[in-house]
Amino acid sequence: MARLLVPVATRKGLWILQADSRRRQWRMDGPHFLGQVVNHAVVDPRDRRTLLAAVKAGHLGHTIYRSEDYGRSWQESSRPPAFDKAADGAEGESVGHVFWLAPAHASEPGRWYAGTSPQGLFVSEDAGRTWTGVAGFNAHPDRRKWIGDAQDAPPDGGTLHSINVDPNNPRHLYFGCSSGGVFESRDHGGSWHPLNRGCAADFLPDPKAEYGHDPHCVRVHPVSGDVYQQNHCGIYRLDRARNRWERIGRHLPPETGDIGFPMVLHPRDPETAWVFPMDGGTVWPRMPIEGRPAAYRTRDGGATWERQDRGLPPAQAWFTVKRQAMSVDALEPAGLYFGTTGGEVWASFDEGASWKCLTLHLPHVYAIETALVD
Amino acid sequence: MKVVLPTPLAEYTRHRREVEADGATLAELLADLDRRYPGLRFRVIDEQGAVRPHIKVFVNRVQARSLAVALAPADEVLVVAALSGG
Repeated sequence: MARLLVPVATRKGLWILQADSRRRQWRMDGPHFLGQVVNHAVVDPRDRRTLLAAVKAGHLGHTIYRSEDYGRSWQESSRPPAFDKAADGAEGESVGHVFWLAPAHASEPGRWYAGTSPQGLFVSEDAGRTWTGVAGFNAHPDRRKWIGDAQDAPPDGGTLHSINVDPNNPRHLYFGCSSGGVFESRDHGGSWHPLNRGCAADFLPDPKAEYGHDPHCVRVHPVSGDVYQQNHCGIYRLDRARNRWERIGRHLPPETGDIGFPMVLHPRDPETAWVFPMDGGTVWPRMPIEGRPAAYRTRDGGATWERQDRGLPPAQAWFTVKRQAMSVDALEPAGLYFGTTGGEVWASFDEGASWKCLTLHLPHVYAIETALVD
Repeated sequence: MKVVLPTPLAEYTRHRREVEADGATLAELLADLDRRYPGLRFRVIDEQGAVRPHIKVFVNRVQARSLAVALAPADEVLVVAALSGG
């Protein structure tokens, strides 16, 4: 019987929740990298074995660890993501941390992508052992203009995140930059262009800016290739025929709004997606509206949404769910998982109809993923 | 020569705080340390060749401002990493 792994990456280490495919009994493995920042940990869905973790200890430089035995042993990447050395006299960039890890297309075993802070894209062809920069973006003449400077970046630095591969074309890639916007390549990363038309950027002087947006989480459906995003300025679905984002978040209740960080897509149905709205009023508390957490689900591509809060705290729950801290498994019915800045992990095994708390007292949760392994 | 390392690097050296390494300059010493303990150098020196923020390197208790600092076999090199952030 397949086992389900749920790696929980936190500000102070990695834990791996594990269950069989019935999802009734859970056990927790860890800590791994205790005390170290783990921004993301992902199991390769192609070999169902290789686990990569983006790790940074205190003020030491970042690195990537890999495991082929689900965390019983780890080997460090011999060449972690790093920008090219600048020419003498020129100002060079240094990777602060690896923020996002993404396996490439199912037809490309061993190929992975990594997104960093500041915004850089890196690729590995050997299952995470060594990494090189994707010059098509990192050396693109417009990159600095697209991503802006420290004034444009979030407090913890700008990040390249939400790396997605079109399931129907391994050369068709997407990612999000905060700041910068959504970018797309149709030639395996050789060239990139902004993909932000129709998306609001109410913090920019030009509301129709081509770039400079703040996508919080971009997801590409694993079967259909449909593209969704939870943006700083709302929830969107890409109208591929018109190459234009449509604000499907307008159909959420106005008192809830459509501000938030994560977004997850159903593993089979491209019309079904979940978001976790946060308070984006005034100073942006970034916590559940009125302290009452809830996921919202659409089953019709964003035309309508339903609140899903059964089992969640009914009041006085003040946490944030970060952009990579919500995930979905591939089982039937699909399981949903989210982690909080308060160290809780919640799950639903009925596609959001009810929730239960899997664990408490972990550190601030940065990222949650799921994987079926043998 | 003797090199004293901070605890965050302990896993590279099998938890030895004091190790031996050779080099006529600090750059050579760090390269030798990386040969002996693969991966260690990148955690201390970034891809532009700069000591990472909040890490300091001292030679005989004097802070080294450049990796070109010359070393002698009797020198002592101390790597210090700040612990902060809560």
